[in-house]
Amino acid sequence: MIKVTPVNIKTWSRLGQRGSVFSIAMPEIAAEHDNLKLLTADLALLSGMDRFKAAYPDKLINVGIAEQNMIGIAAGLAMDGDMVFATTYASFIAVRSLEHVRQHLSHLKLNVKIIGSAAGVVAAKSGVSHWATEDIAFTRALPNLKVFSPADSFEAIKVTQYAASVDDPIYIRLSGGLNCPVVYKEDYDFVPGKLKCLKNTELHSGKMNVVIIATGLMVSRSLAAAEIIENSEGSNIKCSVFNMHTIKPIDKDGLDEIFSDYDLIVSVEEHNVIGGMGSAVAEYKATKANAPRQVFIGFNDTFLPAGSQAFVLDEAGLSPEKIAGRIMVECND
Amino acid sequence: MIDKSRKINVSEENAKRLADMSLRIRLDAMDMALASGNNGSHLGGSLSCVEIMSVLYGEVLHLDIENPLNPDRDRFIPSKNHCVLSHIPALAEAGFIKREEILEFQKDGGRLTGYPQRQEIGLEYSGGSLGMAISVGVGLALSSKEKNRGNKIYILMGDGELNEGSIWEALMSGAHYKLDNLVAIIDRNHLSYDGDTESVMAIENLSDKFRSFNWFVSECNGHDTYDLLKAFAEDPKGKPHVIIADTVKGKGVSFIENRPEWHHHRLSQDEYEKARAELTGGIS
Repeated sequence: MIKVTPVNIKTWSRLGQRGSVFSIAMPEIAAEHDNLKLLTADLALLSGMDRFKAAYPDKLINVGIAEQNMIGIAAGLAMDGDMVFATTYASFIAVRSLEHVRQHLSHLKLNVKIIGSAAGVVAAKSGVSHWATEDIAFTRALPNLKVFSPADSFEAIKVTQYAASVDDPIYIRLSGGLNCPVVYKEDYDFVPGKLKCLKNTELHSGKMNVVIIATGLMVSRSLAAAEIIENSEGSNIKCSVFNMHTIKPIDKDGLDEIFSDYDLIVSVEEHNVIGGMGSAVAEYKATKANAPRQVFIGFNDTFLPAGSQAFVLDEAGLSPEKIAGRIMVECND
Repeated sequence: MIDKSRKINVSEENAKRLADMSLRIRLDAMDMALASGNNGSHLGGSLSCVEIMSVLYGEVLHLDIENPLNPDRDRFIPSKNHCVLSHIPALAEAGFIKREEILEFQKDGGRLTGYPQRQEIGLEYSGGSLGMAISVGVGLALSSKEKNRGNKIYILMGDGELNEGSIWEALMSGAHYKLDNLVAIIDRNHLSYDGDTESVMAIENLSDKFRSFNWFVSECNGHDTYDLLKAFAEDPKGKPHVIIADTVKGKGVSFIENRPEWHHHRLSQDEYEKARAELTGGIS
């Protein structure tokens, strides 16, 4: 049983989403599920699987640096009754292995969960080869595959526990590196498929009512951006923040409420603005008459020079200051 | 029920029985090709693996027709899934489907159409995209070992298919995990869509490649059922087994044999009559 204490939440933050999933959540899941297998493509050490390996050496399969084969092996294991979690960098699992994912998770609906770590630009210094800024687009287009993107380490644990409780094929996109900012400071109900309101400002008829829908690491940054906006001098903007941890299936009821309540929708994601979470919102919004305008904040259909994570995210317009600045400009337009 | 103690019967008599089954499968393949009309069908690569199908479904595979999902059954997956013209008749021979159903293999929305996964009738996996099934075979073989099923996993691959890179990832892992319950069969018919495999993308020396990947290699005449029985009866320990079956694309019909254009082609009524005459003339 995983205990939720302030100390543990701090520890999970330090471990990051990947470390929390593989060193905290996965051993617990293995204890409850005899049929669990955990597959890695030569990233057991990096992913913090030491504890899992010590406790369940027979449940950990390291396939070497062969991501396509990993998904095929996962499919074979699942066809014989196992529940398989397979993991490597998000780009390698969701892009290099995409056809295997399409065939085995999407088409054959096998009980395989793929966990893409270091999504977005966690590996900022490694450059574009190690970034995943199109993975939501690729996975979201696959029938039967559910797509999750947790906001912090604690939520990453909860998403993983949920994934283990169902037979569906699932993609979990882990963002943020070590020291992943804390969004949830105490225990909460994780409801898969439902938008989570994290900052609910009172709607004000005399003001511009803005809602940010964010996912992954961008949730904490969007909360910070909302503070900046509301505290800026003479601000006429009220800004709520929702966490879209489940990108597929999308929360239509939640979005219906948002569309009727707010004047401007802002989607914020560490992903290309084409095909990502913002696009998912827009696809649904397009079916609704009189829905509000949307601003897409994310990678603007481009790659960027490598550097520190702070540098790359700032270049992409994804620092709290730049998110806030962009929203204030859009509100004045 | 699966009788796991049953050994492969390598005998001239058994080989003759399986050769007779092969003729029936070839005739069924012609009926299917004719039924596909102007759509055409994959005759060449289906005819090259007819004997492989007969030996598998007629002798080698431990299956449970009464309980098709019996977890201890052997698994057979044709990775080169376009060999439906011999696979589907073999499923009928084994009793998974009725003989009458085989002509419906291209029926809109049919249960045999489009490389489906339907384990209840022996279609273990939806192959078709080349190079994937051997990885699935590694996963199945790992799982069988862990669960002590005592069964084997058989994966049929084309020779042209071996151009696919992820196959070699899978071969490496099969040997690494010492999967002696995994058997790959290569239908070495020497032709891919665009011609001779050695001119399109050379794969020789194939045996050396497999040996260097630490697989146990058997080579045989893929149209000689006795030779195939002997190859399947090999039971190497500690490493996976590959059977490189030397075959002829389009085997059995003179105007189809070794002709690349018959990879996928329409069979006319005239050609059908000619093919049948050639095949049945072979009965002594």
